[in-house]
Amino acid sequence: MVSRGDIELAGLSKSYDGVHSVVHGINLKIPDGAYCCFLGPSGCGKTTILRMIAGHEDPTDGEIVIGGENVVGLAPVQRGTAMMFQSYALFPHLSVRDNIAFALRVRGMSKADRYRQTDAMIEKVRLTELAERLPAQLSGGQQQRVALARAAITEPRVLLLDEPLSALDEQLRVQMRLELQRMQRELGITFVHVTHSQLEAIALADMVVVMEAGQIKQAGPAREVYASPMDRYVAEFLGGQNVLSGKVETIEGGRLMFAQPDRMTLAAPLRGNLRVGIGDRIDVAVRRDDIELLRPNAAISPQNQSALSSRVLAIEYQGSFVKVMLDAIADEEFVAYVPERVFFKDPLSIGDVVLATWAIDHARLLERT
Amino acid sequence: MSAAQETAALAPARAKQRAISPSRGGRPWTFYVLAALFTFYVVALYGPMICIYILSFQDVRGGLVFPMKGLSLHWFIDLFTQVRTGDVKGAFDRSIKLAILVTVITVVVSFMAAMAFRRRFPGDNVVFSLMIGSLVAPGLVLGIGVGLLFNALGIDTSWYGSALGAQLSWTLPFGVLVMFAVMSRFNPAWEEAARDLGATPWQTIRLVIIPVLAPGLVAVALFGFTLSYDEFARTLQTAGPQNTLPLEIWSMTLNVTSPSLYALGTVTTIISFTIIGTALGAIVLMQKRRGARAGGH
Repeated sequence: MVSRGDIELAGLSKSYDGVHSVVHGINLKIPDGAYCCFLGPSGCGKTTILRMIAGHEDPTDGEIVIGGENVVGLAPVQRGTAMMFQSYALFPHLSVRDNIAFALRVRGMSKADRYRQTDAMIEKVRLTELAERLPAQLSGGQQQRVALARAAITEPRVLLLDEPLSALDEQLRVQMRLELQRMQRELGITFVHVTHSQLEAIALADMVVVMEAGQIKQAGPAREVYASPMDRYVAEFLGGQNVLSGKVETIEGGRLMFAQPDRMTLAAPLRGNLRVGIGDRIDVAVRRDDIELLRPNAAISPQNQSALSSRVLAIEYQGSFVKVMLDAIADEEFVAYVPERVFFKDPLSIGDVVLATWAIDHARLLERT
Repeated sequence: MSAAQETAALAPARAKQRAISPSRGGRPWTFYVLAALFTFYVVALYGPMICIYILSFQDVRGGLVFPMKGLSLHWFIDLFTQVRTGDVKGAFDRSIKLAILVTVITVVVSFMAAMAFRRRFPGDNVVFSLMIGSLVAPGLVLGIGVGLLFNALGIDTSWYGSALGAQLSWTLPFGVLVMFAVMSRFNPAWEEAARDLGATPWQTIRLVIIPVLAPGLVAVALFGFTLSYDEFARTLQTAGPQNTLPLEIWSMTLNVTSPSLYALGTVTTIISFTIIGTALGAIVLMQKRRGARAGGH
């Protein structure tokens, strides 16, 4: 049974010049009513995918199936999609009400009818007081609500949002994030949201799709993508992880030992589906909040814990935790998030030598791509 | 209170004093030099015209130079009643019609050109250069060329034919350049949004593009009208047997030696100002209506 607003991308590709493709053969299923975030750096093709789903860009190859119907070649309205543009693209000469009523107007609905329907929508996004204003007279957050209402009035089965929060300042962004969630619950339709902010993606999405250079790196629930990244790219892009790399020395009892250049040998648990052999180069991720910092003379149990001796490079107070930067790996970041109370029991200072330790079972072997 | 705290409290006050200090103690001498220069500029710009306007209000004894003799509308009446001053009414009529024709064509073509140049197309630079090229050509020469061409083709030159063409070679490049500037502030996402919401291409033009660009289109119209209304060089060899107003004035300077000439100058100026005023008024009204609608409720 195919639901109305589920999306399936099959072998979707896009090339502007016939030589370089910006999207290579994407395959993805987004369930009906999901909040899906495409996450990636600028130029990774996420916006192009969104625009292809919206019908503002034609795929070079592949299919876009919405609710069981291939929509390639159809106009946006026929697809049942609506898009919210990056800068909102509100019509500057029309009032809030006329902006929202635009879709009804071009359908030839009479003024009385469309205003009745529009006013209901205006109430839903709490803009009743501002209905007569022009877009230029609204704040960023209000403009976003108008854009949302203007797109939603077409009763789409899929709402596509192109970096909807990037035009707002930090505080408003958090507020509007909640608003988007509320609207999605209320409308009960599929949201596809493109962003380069991992904070935004994991806060909002049921499904996060991490992209790199036109390809999907990992797709799954927010927690899965954040806590169990597949490879170094995903781990580094989502943040919150330290990535160690080295050469496998021994494999024994469900664990492997790997040596980092000029550093001590560390252990990591094997993962069922990942095949590694002795001598392979591997990446291992350790969550920054799994790392405990001990004074150099502290006792550890080498059976269950890994430890790296290192020096404190910098300390940043973050409120609920303290970010401690260490020189544990050459030329790369190694950071520990220490809970605020724990840190201030025995505060460290820059230049101190510490043991960065973590439970071996919390280390995660990454795929090498 | 410690000394440090006191200093901190005083700091904002002192900063404010420093900010306003340049206007304390009178203006610098450069202000007076520049003010004098500006006054001279304004006098040089408007003085000659104002002389003509004043002299046109003399009575029947009036001459072409100061001092002013009497005060009346005699020469205005003379202008429209005397045959010896030429066909002023007819010329004025033709000039207005021609200017309206030029305005409409300029606005429509400039708008379409700006729409076409939103995207790059093969040969776009060549087309653009050809369009702008006629701005560089000397007007008189261009006019003679158009006249010769019509002659060679066996078509009679006329104000509504060859002169229209010659004037468009002048107003179109201007119109296109202004539209390009206006268009550069047009967000292509507006068009996409309209399409996304189900508007047909024609609805997008009618409901989004034209209303957003309206002030720019009025500016282009104004340009077209005023450039055409007082065009001389290109029209001289192309107007055919019937003169436009600038040509009529020019021929009057050769054979009319009364303040009628000045009266004509005054009348045409009033008309120009009326048109410019109306256009600017329209823009202000457009903005005000938007503002009023926005402020209401």
